[in-house]
Amino acid sequence: MKKINLNMPEVEVRENRLGSITGFQGNAEELVKCSGSGKLCDQKRSFSQCLDCSISKAACMVTLIQDAAVICHGPVGCASCLHEFAFTYRVNAPLRNVARPTQRRIFSTNIGEEETVYGGGDKLAESIRSVYKRTQAKAIFVLSTCAAAIIGDDIESVTDEAEKELGIPIIAIFCEGFRSKVWTSGFDAGYHGIARKLIKPAEVHRKDIINVINFWGSDVFTQWFAAFGAKPNYITPYSTIDSLSHSSEAAVTIQACPTLGSYLGAALEQEFGVPELKTPPPYGVAQTDRWFRELGRILGKEEIAEQLIVQKKAEYLPQLEKIREKLKGKLAYVTAGAAHGHALLSVLRELGLRAVGAAIFHHDPVYDSNTDEADALAQTVRDYGNIPNYNVCDKQEFELVNMLHHLKPDVLLARHGGMTLWGAKFGIPSLLIGDEHFSMGYEGLIRYGNRLIEVIENDEFVKNLEKHTINPYTSWWLEQKPYTFLKGEG
Amino acid sequence: MAGKMIEQERYTCAIGALQSVVAIPKALPILHSGPGCGMMVRGFFERSTGYAGGSTSPCTNFSESEVVFGGIEKLRKIIANSYKILNSDLQVILTGCTAGIVGDDIDSLADEFREAGRPIVTVETAGFKSNNFVAHSDVVKAIIDQYTNIFINDNPVRSEKKTINLFASIPYQDQFWKGNLRTYKYLLEQLGFKVHVLFGPESDGVAEWQQIPRANFNVLISPWYGQSIVEHLENIYEQPFFKFPHIPIGANETEKFLHGVLKFAEGLNVRLDYPKAENFIKRASAAYYEELDNLATFLLEFRYGLPSYVHIIHDAGYVTGLAKFLLHETGIVPKEQFIVDNTPEKFQQSIREDLQSISAKKIVPLTFEPDAGKVQDIVRNIVHEGRGLLIGSGWDKELSREKGFDFISASVPSPYRLVLSTGYAGFHGGLRVMEDIFNTVLASYR
Repeated sequence: MKKINLNMPEVEVRENRLGSITGFQGNAEELVKCSGSGKLCDQKRSFSQCLDCSISKAACMVTLIQDAAVICHGPVGCASCLHEFAFTYRVNAPLRNVARPTQRRIFSTNIGEEETVYGGGDKLAESIRSVYKRTQAKAIFVLSTCAAAIIGDDIESVTDEAEKELGIPIIAIFCEGFRSKVWTSGFDAGYHGIARKLIKPAEVHRKDIINVINFWGSDVFTQWFAAFGAKPNYITPYSTIDSLSHSSEAAVTIQACPTLGSYLGAALEQEFGVPELKTPPPYGVAQTDRWFRELGRILGKEEIAEQLIVQKKAEYLPQLEKIREKLKGKLAYVTAGAAHGHALLSVLRELGLRAVGAAIFHHDPVYDSNTDEADALAQTVRDYGNIPNYNVCDKQEFELVNMLHHLKPDVLLARHGGMTLWGAKFGIPSLLIGDEHFSMGYEGLIRYGNRLIEVIENDEFVKNLEKHTINPYTSWWLEQKPYTFLKGEG
Repeated sequence: MAGKMIEQERYTCAIGALQSVVAIPKALPILHSGPGCGMMVRGFFERSTGYAGGSTSPCTNFSESEVVFGGIEKLRKIIANSYKILNSDLQVILTGCTAGIVGDDIDSLADEFREAGRPIVTVETAGFKSNNFVAHSDVVKAIIDQYTNIFINDNPVRSEKKTINLFASIPYQDQFWKGNLRTYKYLLEQLGFKVHVLFGPESDGVAEWQQIPRANFNVLISPWYGQSIVEHLENIYEQPFFKFPHIPIGANETEKFLHGVLKFAEGLNVRLDYPKAENFIKRASAAYYEELDNLATFLLEFRYGLPSYVHIIHDAGYVTGLAKFLLHETGIVPKEQFIVDNTPEKFQQSIREDLQSISAKKIVPLTFEPDAGKVQDIVRNIVHEGRGLLIGSGWDKELSREKGFDFISASVPSPYRLVLSTGYAGFHGGLRVMEDIFNTVLASYR
């Protein structure tokens, strides 16, 4: 089944398009099997805590485009966490050689009760004009919200009209929170808009450009690709409207995280003819080997890939043994988004730790490329064995707290904000690495391993916090089974 | 209420008032809203989880099915289970846009729990209805009406003549709220009062909320937000209120505030030891001026450059409070000032007059404009002689760099500054503002 349809204004949410789920309890092998046989069924909770929504996911992909402006069409609250991306943009700019990071342009149409009665279309149209006048942006993205969607504002028509009037791309992104239980649907919504309205069919095909779909991590790829005579084209943080429009010219698209880039990687391949490197990202020795080989194959530079592998392994692997000795047998628990969670599970087991469990925010049984080859969970299970207590849990803190209380791991590895706190409250050394490239490749294993040793060694702070911390959870709850409130369908 | 488009918002929507629940010791906000509301609020205020905010708060996380069929069933289960999972003294259900538009009847649901002996409060906070400056009052009034009132028989109205309820800084929206409330409580206690601060570590939690009726009168420190709370209390308990229209920062305004409260109490025949109270003010003021005396040489002689004028982009209470303080107690002259709190029109005139009373010799241009991006464009085009200071939110760091201003982050969102228990109110608060400004200046010399 084809998952990409750029003729539609909206992209289907992940639960419908990919069969993604947010509730599962069991082990990793079982989940891989169920996914493969199409027998995956979502489980519902009779207690739940604040999740997250698609808006901030769509927003992080469009706010960090250098010369774009973003309008959130809804009440003022629906844009209120977006200032965080203005901070990110400024702070990480040196990592991407942006010498003078400019102020991010983030707007809210600030709709009120009147608009919920009479519609907010006119206000949106007027806002788009004002934003263009104020910012002279090269493109304007309009994000939808729950309120705008329920009252039925026709955002697509308004943006189409404005585009004609102003002569720049005005791109509607449908990312209202209630639409999807899987907040990463917001990434797809953002990319769908970019693929529909910004990316132009290639006039030339360049062998020296590689698309990199990622967040705002450090630039490791310039050096990696140099051996292949190529340069990264980063999508979308720190890109420009112009560089994005030429993404169709690249030789290949790679992803730092398929949870993030699934949709755009597939869209670039299916609609614009840019091959997508489908094997999971290079985390762990075996997968890094495969990844470089696959990159070499697509670029027609297999020999260079082999040379690079040999050279890098000779340089870094000798250090790995020492790290493994120190970390051997330590118990780790992982909480993260899907693909990066799988990556961390590979990395920690490569480093000699044992995974006692994982709380992964959602599960995509298949990506938009529609191939088993991309299944990162299956890959980590094949390379390093099964993972017990593998649960799909969309940041439900009460389940995580209960799990940590029962499993008492030596270290907690997290990828999203708010979760490490609970490791620390239980006196468990906890590590969150924001830079998704930190543990990538052979050198990443060394970096991450050393960092882990440091975190486990220096546990005085968490041990002290444990003694004094506040815990709002009842002792009754801590003694229950972690998935007491996770029921089957219905 | 909503008004025009906003760039760089400095406040959030109504459901942001869930932070007022987070600020009550051991209270639990329960969101009946879309999945992203809690995250947006947490992201806006940052480091604001408290006892059970952020990822701990229960939420129905509206999906398509709740939008179509309503979310009452889901909410019922979540409330019932939250009693099992989380320890809390007070539960407050806040609704988001989704619940508001769908029209879920949460009051009837709350009644089921009330009948079973579970006091639970509901408050409508759909984002399109209002913002968190306004909804803070709605939350407080809802708790008073639906919780405090249950305990009215044990807490006779105005039975404690020296007790007051204080309504001042909005928790988290004023990032100095904890420090400010602590200061107000301390100062008023020194005058001889018992003070219900209601929020933060200085509060006794729900026990204090139960005793709100006992207070003889209320103190409001605010130009407009929170005023409907004290008016409501005047209606239901006949408690009069004393209003001080801006944040008292430094000696002049703090003394004026304290004398104002004393005079108000005198008018109500509250039997305080007035000479002792006056003596406290005198001593606190003397200690303050000893610092200012020490600092004056630096202010007058530091020859490498100090800011000579200031623009403030903040809410009405801070703009007026800081402007008055800076002019009279540091010599920094307030130039164009900007109030970005979406002040309702009916309060704007009195705020203008309050700011204008700063000096008979000066006109301080004042703009009310919640679109802070527009405010930045205005500031961008203003030119004054001398070294400028900008007091605003994290958004203004970039503008300050552009303009060569010294920059103090003193409002939300605050990505570039941590505030723990620091306060700006009172005598010590004034000294702290000076430390912040002049340390920033000194740090610019490397």
